[in-house]
Amino acid sequence: MIEVIVNITLLILLVILAFAIIRMRSLFTVIMLFSGFSFLSAGLFVVMDAVDVAFTEAAVGAGISTILMLATLALTYSPNIVKEEEHPAHKPWLPLFVVCITGALLIYGTTDLPDFGDPNAPAQQHVAPYYLGKSMEDTGVPNVVTTVLASYRGFDTLGEVTVIFTAGIAVLLLIGGRRKKTKQEKQDET
Amino acid sequence: MKHNLILRIVSKFLIPFIFLFALYVQFHGDFGPGGGFQAGVIFSAGLILYALVFGIDIAKQIIPPTLLRLFASLGVLIYAGTGIASLIAGGNYLEYGVLGSTQIAGQHLGILLIEFGVGLTVMSVMLIMFFAFTERHKED
Repeated sequence: MIEVIVNITLLILLVILAFAIIRMRSLFTVIMLFSGFSFLSAGLFVVMDAVDVAFTEAAVGAGISTILMLATLALTYSPNIVKEEEHPAHKPWLPLFVVCITGALLIYGTTDLPDFGDPNAPAQQHVAPYYLGKSMEDTGVPNVVTTVLASYRGFDTLGEVTVIFTAGIAVLLLIGGRRKKTKQEKQDET
Repeated sequence: MKHNLILRIVSKFLIPFIFLFALYVQFHGDFGPGGGFQAGVIFSAGLILYALVFGIDIAKQIIPPTLLRLFASLGVLIYAGTGIASLIAGGNYLEYGVLGSTQIAGQHLGILLIEFGVGLTVMSVMLIMFFAFTERHKED
């Protein structure tokens, strides 16, 4: 019972935040609200007993990505430009229509899905019973999430680490090195 | 933020605990929630807090960008190397069981190693990104 109340409260707060983000024009405020949004999602994951995911969401979504977004905002800062999102030039009706139709279709699609937490759902019947039953015997590690990530699905995690590494290289290549001065700037200096 | 006394003192007090927590998450990931990915992010968050409060240049003296690039590649290398090691020991790629004397011991060792690799790479890449963004800002 209490779980339902917590879930509903968190979801209502998420909706309120989402609307606040839409209405807000100041980019700084939007970034801070995004951070709050991530943190609330982390709370939601905790309620769903997905502690490892919640941990990641709180650390990455609410923490690091907020810092990086703020850094980007500072990077693009110019004293002449007001840091406000401009009002869109077009009318909102077509995007609103598309979003509503897509949302309705997605909700219609959920009626075919198994119930939340249903033990007979196909996703729970594939390899999950083996992992849950055998992981202690196979590896001696109590945290099944770690077992799946590091041992059973070690290849996937290797791929993930490579992706992160590649992202780091990409950032270095794009904005890491010293910027070449344009001709105009060279002229200004001399 | 160099003149903000309260911020300096509070972060000085907090940063060691952030590092300690990161290490706890790293090496206790087998037993509780967490693992290399989260630990790496938390560790880099501690360093980013330091950089924000005390200045980017001082933070770069503590952990130079060249070292970070080395660490980022080293993490992936440790992960992939664990796989090679298990190949050499006579198992399949990333089959940790053959690394130790027993299946369980090998699994423990393997998971510890690859989690360390993940943590190292994630920590370095997050800091590389942060430094890249701030460096660019300073030049303009």
